[in-house]
Amino acid sequence: MSEAVEQLPQGGPALRLHRQLAAIWATGPGLQRLAAVNHSVIGLRMMITSFTFFAIAGVLGMLTRVQLATPKGDFMDPETYNQVFTMHGSMMLFLFAIPMVESFAVYLTPKILGTRDFAFPRLTAYGYWCYLFGGTILTVALIARVAPNGGWFMYTPLSSNVYTPGVNADVWLLGVTFVEISALSLAMEIVVSILKMRAPGMSLDRMPIFGWYILVTAMMMILAFPPLILGSILLETERAFGLPFFDPTRGGDPLLWQHLFWLFGHPDVYIIFLPMAGVLSTIIPVFASRPLVGYRAIVVAIVALAFLSFGIWVHHMFTVGIPHLALAFFSAGSAIVAVPTAVQIFAWLATLAHGRPRWDVPMLYIFGFFFVFVMGGLTGVMLAIVPFDWQAHDTYFVVAHMHYVVAGALAFPMLAAFYYWLPLLTGRTAVHRLSVPAFWLVFVGFNLTFFMMHLTGLLGMPRRIYTYQGNEGWNWLNLLSSVGGFVMTIGFGLVVIDLIVQLRYGRRARRNPWGSVTLEWAMSIPPAPYAFASIPHLGTNRTDPIAPGELAPSLARGEGYLGFARNGWQETLGVQMTSGVPDQLIVLPRPTYLPLCTALATAAAVLAMLFKFYLLALALALVTAGLFLFSGHRAGLARDYGPMPVGHGVNVPPHTEVAEAPAWLALICTLVADGTLFTSLLFGTFYLWIAAPNWPAAITPEPSRMLALFAVATLAVAAAAARGSLRAVVAGGRASGWIGLAVLALLAAIAAAVGLIVGVAPHPRDHALGATAAALLGYVVLHAGIGFLFLVSNFLRLGAGFIAPRRVLDLRLTRLWLDYTLVTGVIAMGLVLALPALVTMLGARP
Amino acid sequence: MAVQVGTLAVLPGCKGQLSALDPSGPAGASIATLWWVMLVGAGVLFALVMVLFALVIRRPGWGSSVSPERWIVLGGLVLPAAVLPPLIAYALIAGERLLPLPGHAPPRIEAVGRQWAWTFRYPDHGGVETRNVLHMPAGTPVDILVTSQDVIHAFWIPRFAGKIDALPGHVNRLRIQADQPGRYAGQCNEFCGLGHAGMRFDVIVYRPEDFSAALARAAVSGESERK
Repeated sequence: MSEAVEQLPQGGPALRLHRQLAAIWATGPGLQRLAAVNHSVIGLRMMITSFTFFAIAGVLGMLTRVQLATPKGDFMDPETYNQVFTMHGSMMLFLFAIPMVESFAVYLTPKILGTRDFAFPRLTAYGYWCYLFGGTILTVALIARVAPNGGWFMYTPLSSNVYTPGVNADVWLLGVTFVEISALSLAMEIVVSILKMRAPGMSLDRMPIFGWYILVTAMMMILAFPPLILGSILLETERAFGLPFFDPTRGGDPLLWQHLFWLFGHPDVYIIFLPMAGVLSTIIPVFASRPLVGYRAIVVAIVALAFLSFGIWVHHMFTVGIPHLALAFFSAGSAIVAVPTAVQIFAWLATLAHGRPRWDVPMLYIFGFFFVFVMGGLTGVMLAIVPFDWQAHDTYFVVAHMHYVVAGALAFPMLAAFYYWLPLLTGRTAVHRLSVPAFWLVFVGFNLTFFMMHLTGLLGMPRRIYTYQGNEGWNWLNLLSSVGGFVMTIGFGLVVIDLIVQLRYGRRARRNPWGSVTLEWAMSIPPAPYAFASIPHLGTNRTDPIAPGELAPSLARGEGYLGFARNGWQETLGVQMTSGVPDQLIVLPRPTYLPLCTALATAAAVLAMLFKFYLLALALALVTAGLFLFSGHRAGLARDYGPMPVGHGVNVPPHTEVAEAPAWLALICTLVADGTLFTSLLFGTFYLWIAAPNWPAAITPEPSRMLALFAVATLAVAAAAARGSLRAVVAGGRASGWIGLAVLALLAAIAAAVGLIVGVAPHPRDHALGATAAALLGYVVLHAGIGFLFLVSNFLRLGAGFIAPRRVLDLRLTRLWLDYTLVTGVIAMGLVLALPALVTMLGARP
Repeated sequence: MAVQVGTLAVLPGCKGQLSALDPSGPAGASIATLWWVMLVGAGVLFALVMVLFALVIRRPGWGSSVSPERWIVLGGLVLPAAVLPPLIAYALIAGERLLPLPGHAPPRIEAVGRQWAWTFRYPDHGGVETRNVLHMPAGTPVDILVTSQDVIHAFWIPRFAGKIDALPGHVNRLRIQADQPGRYAGQCNEFCGLGHAGMRFDVIVYRPEDFSAALARAAVSGESERK
């Protein structure tokens, strides 16, 4: 990866600059690779890891096709089959699709936006390790034959400990949540980086369209993952500690799980699709030799798609018995999704129509995309139609539709992207045209496999059955699907061979081989760890095209911003969010083993949970929190620097001395995700109150009002004390007193909330009513506890000189966190106090 | 249209004891018609996009007389606006007609799912029970009250109507009607664990005048079977 020297133009300045920057940015050899934090390194690792899981999940898919190829197949027993299909779906979605699109985002986004790295390199690394460890836990469970067996959707009560007593469901809940938290942290990092770290002059309205797609996708992740994370936490709590959120005999409701699951599950489809659409919107203009048609229309379309996708989850639940008129609303919403999708399809067609299309390998795969995606989109509209869904729901028709929109609409653009960006990744071009037969094998195999399933489903074959009798009329369709599956697998095998051949024997790629107009081609290929030797400036004219071929040599000579090495710092530029005017110098952390250690501690905590060593799990969670504290201990700069030159006569202060630092935005993103989780918890409480069976007519005894008011008051004191500490430091005074007061107030709040939990009636194990009250109060305890960690960090960093009158970001973060804790605390306490009245209002229900 | 659809529906490929394309009841027939209508529409739209794709690639400059904005407006807004509202309206009306609306109180049968069998109770016939065999009269609507004792199942007789979930703690109502006496098949359609694939049931439809006697016979023989 670092052998990029021969790509550089001849001459002293470029080479000297390369050596200086490489010394600062490069990941060390040998074991030091484990300390890597660079986005190119991590992005590539994520890509390779996700393709490994793709291969495993693909093999699982093939196993199901072997089993179903003939009626009464005895290749697998039902238990094995259930584990295999559950893991096929779970791995494809959680361990392949989402990490794969994130790996594209991690590797490409900084380069396309003209910056050197993401805002939080150590978080990137931590996210990667969590993903790797979580995926490994799931894979090991599969080998040990204790893999999840309740379907990737994990519907309760089947996944409860009554009907799945083994460790299988816990593996799913813990492993997937672990992976999701890593995906979520990456999503926050992506949002912050796209908003704050772009080439100077790149205002939002001239950001390459790929940036928009990734930005919207990451924002969707921030909103979509929390409901599932909450659902998983509640279900794991039910399984481990007997709190009956989903048990209908004790006031829970299995439908709550379905709502939480699909609140995530539906947007997830667009989370996978949008980055691939971003790939198409990037590649199609290159091969059409003209700029993308309808840039603004597409931006509006993807934002609309993101909004719509959160309002239509119920179309996965048309058969659960929701009133028809309510279904009609969700049905119309689902059909309307066709509009923003059609806008994009026709914008791409118009781009080709108004350009001079060139035919090359990526275009072949784009043809594959059009074919399968349009078909999948049309069956999607069919399934959005309520009466038809009553027939087709949970049959192979849905399997067909879903593979057309998720598998096909992912696989073909992914391979197009793969062939398009491979010269950038490897520095080489293809020697043989293996990619063409590979395409036809994948294309024919895919359609043979999944087209047949439309008909199999209409003939009545339900999903997830491990065998069939042979007299239903499904035999020949299933056999063809299985044959198609193997053809497709051979096609993917050829792609892998093609890659290996290219890596070994490919010719050196020339610069900007496709004639692209995005910045990732304005660097040496394969990219150096610092990506840009100096950061480009985009001209003021919005229509100025980027000419990577001409830009690259001048950037390599250091003629852009930051074309020098300073203090051994990994420097990059921060810009104002909308205008793209530079406003800060971001100094990034160097390689460190901390992300690996923290991820190991987190994985150990997850494993301890899995093996039901709950105290050990708690201890390891505290170790993880401690490692986070330690990582933050010496982050930033220990003294004031004031504005520093960054080139072209521009002077900006370092990120430690500005208000709108990346960490500030990151905390806002975190709180948005956290707030979504809290809202989901409120939704769950109200949902159970209104809809769940077996609720009592009244609650006795009622929760203690005094204790609740005391908890709220102490939270308010903590928030006020955080303000005090901020004011004291800005004025040059001492803040220890204020911090001490805040700590005491938080500890008192925690004690009061724990007191309330102990007194919850009915007992949380006996009824969902008590369980939801305990969950709401637990949320307050957790947030007050994290607030305590913020304060400890403030105290340590004040002592070490990282917090000073001009560097008060830490204290602002603490203030924001404690404000959030206070607001959610008031709502949670209020709801707990109001529950008795609410219950009396609705009275006993059957 | 109905005649055409009828002809298509008896195509040999669509036959099958669990085929939604071989309906034998008004709800099933209505949904099958909806399917054939949507299939034709989808086929036309699919062909349209693929032909456009081929044209813009094969004949450079072919579509450049239409301005870029017009491409997006025509394809992205006008086309969906022409197709979707009629489809949604049609489906809404078709769906409303299938509903078990109050006012009309047909005979009821309770269907209770559990791992991995169905129990059917006939409250209008002294509460007799049958296991894994649903008995019902032809030519008249019947309301099936569906619930579950344990995990989620789904009650589905593809040739009669769409499916409804069997949820523990909830009772769902599905109105079905069989056109002809005979033997039909139903199955569980929601993954419910190890025995999901085998959770099928038989449906025996009688002429209305024979139904009561047949049910009494079946209940008695079912009792003896279980002993």
